[in-house]
Amino acid sequence: MKLFLMIVALACSALVPLAQAANNEAPVDPLDSARWHEMQKMFLAGQHYVFDPRVRVIAPLDADNPMQVPITVDASALGKVREVVVFADFNPIIQILRFYPEAASAYLGFRVKLQQSTPVRAAVRTADGVWHVGGTWVNTVGGGCTAPSAAATAPEWQKRLNEVSARQWQSGTLAGRLRLRVVHPMDTGLVAGIPAFHLQEVKLSDSSDQALMRIETFEPVSENPVFTLQQKTPGRVKATGRDNNGNDFNVWIEP
Amino acid sequence: MKRLIFSCLLGSFCTLLAAESNFDYGLQAQRVADDVYVFIGRNEDFSTVNGGNIVNTGFIVTAAGLVVIDSGPSLRYGQQMQQAMKKLSSATLLQVINTHHHPDHFLGNQAFAGTPIVALEATRQGIASEGNVFAENLYRLSGDWMKGTESVPPTATIVPGRVPLGGRTLRLLALDGHTDGDLAIYDETSGVLFAGDLVFNNRAPTTPHARIKRWLASLDTLEAITREPGFTAIVPGHGAIARDGAPIRQTRAWLRWLDQAMREAAAAGFDLNEVMARPLPAEFAEMAVGVREYQRSVGHLFPAAEQEALGHAH
Repeated sequence: MKLFLMIVALACSALVPLAQAANNEAPVDPLDSARWHEMQKMFLAGQHYVFDPRVRVIAPLDADNPMQVPITVDASALGKVREVVVFADFNPIIQILRFYPEAASAYLGFRVKLQQSTPVRAAVRTADGVWHVGGTWVNTVGGGCTAPSAAATAPEWQKRLNEVSARQWQSGTLAGRLRLRVVHPMDTGLVAGIPAFHLQEVKLSDSSDQALMRIETFEPVSENPVFTLQQKTPGRVKATGRDNNGNDFNVWIEP
Repeated sequence: MKRLIFSCLLGSFCTLLAAESNFDYGLQAQRVADDVYVFIGRNEDFSTVNGGNIVNTGFIVTAAGLVVIDSGPSLRYGQQMQQAMKKLSSATLLQVINTHHHPDHFLGNQAFAGTPIVALEATRQGIASEGNVFAENLYRLSGDWMKGTESVPPTATIVPGRVPLGGRTLRLLALDGHTDGDLAIYDETSGVLFAGDLVFNNRAPTTPHARIKRWLASLDTLEAITREPGFTAIVPGHGAIARDGAPIRQTRAWLRWLDQAMREAAAAGFDLNEVMARPLPAEFAEMAVGVREYQRSVGHLFPAAEQEALGHAH
């Protein structure tokens, strides 16, 4: 049934540009989500926004593991981006993360926990104050937000809390790529007896302390988060971060 | 003419509906050797159309009774399997063997109440801990075909080795790698090797519990059996039976490629979505369910390769 609805949604989405051209009222949600109106009020109330195909949100249509759904947000085609907010209409915790690209591209790869099939969207604020919205449907078996993290059941992992592994790539098609993984349970607080315990912020800056990107992370980001970024200029990168219990990290990622 | 096409369409649609509402898997036993039969499933993913009949099961007729190898994906499948077996043999049930703990291989156990159901210890543990979750998942994927199905764990642990059974000799091999307990059964009397899901044939292997190194070692053990003089046929867990070791070599090639592809992609800096979007090599382009299983396998196997590729940051 869900699949059927999704097919209908996809079929409808193909017709949307025509509908949009026909009237100049509120833009029509290309993903045809029953919750778009609420989403719009929650994240974009009173703001000027447009649905924009230049905001690419890449995810598998069928995500087999609801605990680790890969999401890539690429808004680098938009020019100067101030802020990106990523959210999932039907998740029990809707807001996934926000990121603020500075010297790095408006590009971020990460993984999320999804509770059920849902649109995953990115709203991107450009320098002129306009929000550009893109997104995609993800079909999943669900349960990702209410399953305990592996760390919650195997406490020895917590000795490695906030341990960072990372690497930069300087040549080839992926030149400028930076990937980092942080050991963290990212507990949502939705599992009985396990309080919310998650990273809140990750900051990346260069050796002269110029900001590359700041990322605000919320509960739905997957356990042991992995972030993928694109730098414009290579060099040493400092990564700092902290969680909601005040645990922090501060490491260097060599080029 | 138009009317003819329309009535044909309507006709086939009604046939489809009728087939579905009867929940008839249409199981036809295929003879592999004297007294050795298999039910070959479709080379597909689980669906509400195939009802989970994507798996191979089988049975061996012995003087002491029927030895059933895997019980299929649902209660209905197990029941229909018994009806199909009765058509070919009046022998009573001796035992049911579960080759491993994946749901398409054991959720028919419920239909064999009263018959000993045996498996490796790791398989018993897997079914005890994950069986109900698997069953729930199959209800979602296969729909009403699953009606009434419950996870029934094996009743005894199997001891590997050569076993004389009703005038035949079975060689039970405790292997692993597809899961933590993969039982292969070689019927020395007929030369038929039941490989379970260690071997797939022209259908992409599944990897939710895979440990590739162990799996490759198990394939070597199985391939050695295909070189024994008495060997006549191999029954893979999924896909057609074969008279030589080709499905073993194909499964090995897929796993080696997959393992290598994950390492190379991680070392090159790719992220999950990019790895999933890569095309299959030409060698595997014709493999049934190839793209979907590849994408699933990326989800299962890439995170470990990625961790290896990222260095510790201080």
